[in-house]
Amino acid sequence: MVPLSHYLALSVILFVLGAAGFILRRNVISVFMCIELMLNAVNVAFMAFSRFLGTLDGQLFVFFVIVVAAAEAAVGLAIIIAVYRNRESLNIEDLDSMKM
Amino acid sequence: MITLQTADLVRILPEIVLSIFGILVMVLEPFVAAAQKKLLGWMALLGVLAAATATVRTSFEPGLAFGGTIAADEFSIYFIYLFLLTAGLVILGSIDYLERNHAQHGEFYALVLLGTVGMCFMAASTDLIMIFLGLEISSISTYILAGFRRADRLSNEAALKYFLLGSFATAFFLYGIAFVYGLTGTTNLLGLSARLMEPSQWTTFARVALVLMFVGLAFKLSTVPFQVWTPDVYQGAPAPVTAFLSVGPKAAAFAVLLRLFLGGFASAGTVSFWILWISAALTMCLGNLAALWQTNVKRLLAYSSIAHAGYILVGVAAGGSRGISAVLFYLVAYALMNVGAFIMVAHLSGTGERLVQIEDYTGLAFERPGVAACLAVFFLSLAGFPTTAGFLGKFYVFRAAIHSHLIGLTVLALLNSVVSVYYYLRIVVAMYMREGKTEAATVELPWPVRTALAVSVLGIFYLGLAPKLPLGLSTLAALPLPK
Repeated sequence: MVPLSHYLALSVILFVLGAAGFILRRNVISVFMCIELMLNAVNVAFMAFSRFLGTLDGQLFVFFVIVVAAAEAAVGLAIIIAVYRNRESLNIEDLDSMKM
Repeated sequence: MITLQTADLVRILPEIVLSIFGILVMVLEPFVAAAQKKLLGWMALLGVLAAATATVRTSFEPGLAFGGTIAADEFSIYFIYLFLLTAGLVILGSIDYLERNHAQHGEFYALVLLGTVGMCFMAASTDLIMIFLGLEISSISTYILAGFRRADRLSNEAALKYFLLGSFATAFFLYGIAFVYGLTGTTNLLGLSARLMEPSQWTTFARVALVLMFVGLAFKLSTVPFQVWTPDVYQGAPAPVTAFLSVGPKAAAFAVLLRLFLGGFASAGTVSFWILWISAALTMCLGNLAALWQTNVKRLLAYSSIAHAGYILVGVAAGGSRGISAVLFYLVAYALMNVGAFIMVAHLSGTGERLVQIEDYTGLAFERPGVAACLAVFFLSLAGFPTTAGFLGKFYVFRAAIHSHLIGLTVLALLNSVVSVYYYLRIVVAMYMREGKTEAATVELPWPVRTALAVSVLGIFYLGLAPKLPLGLSTLAALPLPK
């Protein structure tokens, strides 16, 4: 059986990749995908803990997270479309109308 | 087996009523003629009043609901009233604002109501997963609200920044929950505190979980270094929405912070204490220093709200029933003065929010003495002048901090309050002591806006001059949290 630490290592790697991508990526859609990656890292952790604790709660939480992520994606993509219509650009660097 | 009981439903009655009205506003919106859309705003306001009445019913049936995931206690009822007050004032201030900016859509009011539902759940939940759901309900509603002026570049940008950083923060909060679950096998706050009784149980793993959850909340509280989104979002979002954003989600995040750090994680002791201490100190200093250089009123108020989050954190760090009740008192004072100030700015800025620079207010007092006096009250209260709510809020927080022997932090907070007087007075000076003709003076304030402003001003003086009852209520609300 694969030990818990392996799953957790995978989860941490995914989370760190997502967080690094969030900071380094320049395209809004990529940044958004990095957030999704982080949420999936959370799901992996929940599943692994649930399996090793022998309780079903963790698996239940994963469903909550998936539903919330879907709702967030719906709103997020709508906002991204509204931004694109106004600026014709999805580069983070162009979002600077409010610099001091 | 958990069965659904009437008592469970009564304990979430305010949230149910708000949801019903929110959905009703959305459903009715296509059937209301464009000229009559204002009615939806009044309906939403009716929803807020109905929820306030429902909360009275809830308060007669205190206890845990839904298998211990929701608590209808003094603490949550206090916060529910705070959120309803905020939502009511924001709706009153929005009806004519939306009319003027040609953005009168029923969804606005529905989202305000649903966002409030999320905040109520955040304050009432005693389970991390329910807290997460409440956080998301309020966040997703406010992401849309921030971008409500769809054709406006700044509003778009504000929505996108709020959305990206908000979801980023949520991921951290959620990862913290996952770790806590792995560590203790439960997400219930009561269960947590039972399993994390001993300081020796605070291994590195547990500390990482604590820090992750704090980072997630810190974005909503806009504490340094997680405040980067705040000025841009507050500036770009429509001003009544900023009023809502600057109070609602922040107060809800403070409710969660209190429940977590003084409840579930109470045994973490020094770790959580130093996290709070450092972020309070940084937040106060950076918020106030950055506010000194602002020329845009909305941006100035954004930095001021960061600074206020710092003062409130001082109260959280102080802890104990004294600290908690000071924080609760401060939040009401903060809600009144901040919502009032933003609603005033929303209406003085004219169509399309053009007049938001400090110079735009030059000489306002000569042409509109009442308006200027009202705005001056909000700013003086934010600065903490005696007789206003802002003064007593700060006074109670600092007193609690001294009682907990946080001398260094209190001195820092006092110095910061002195610095803050400078930038608040800049606006008052511009209004009263400089001659000038301002376009802002021609703006009409319809009676719903006047009502909202009058409630805020009277509230500020009531809290500032006769604090006995509100302070008693905040002390009562602090009772359910462990000492």
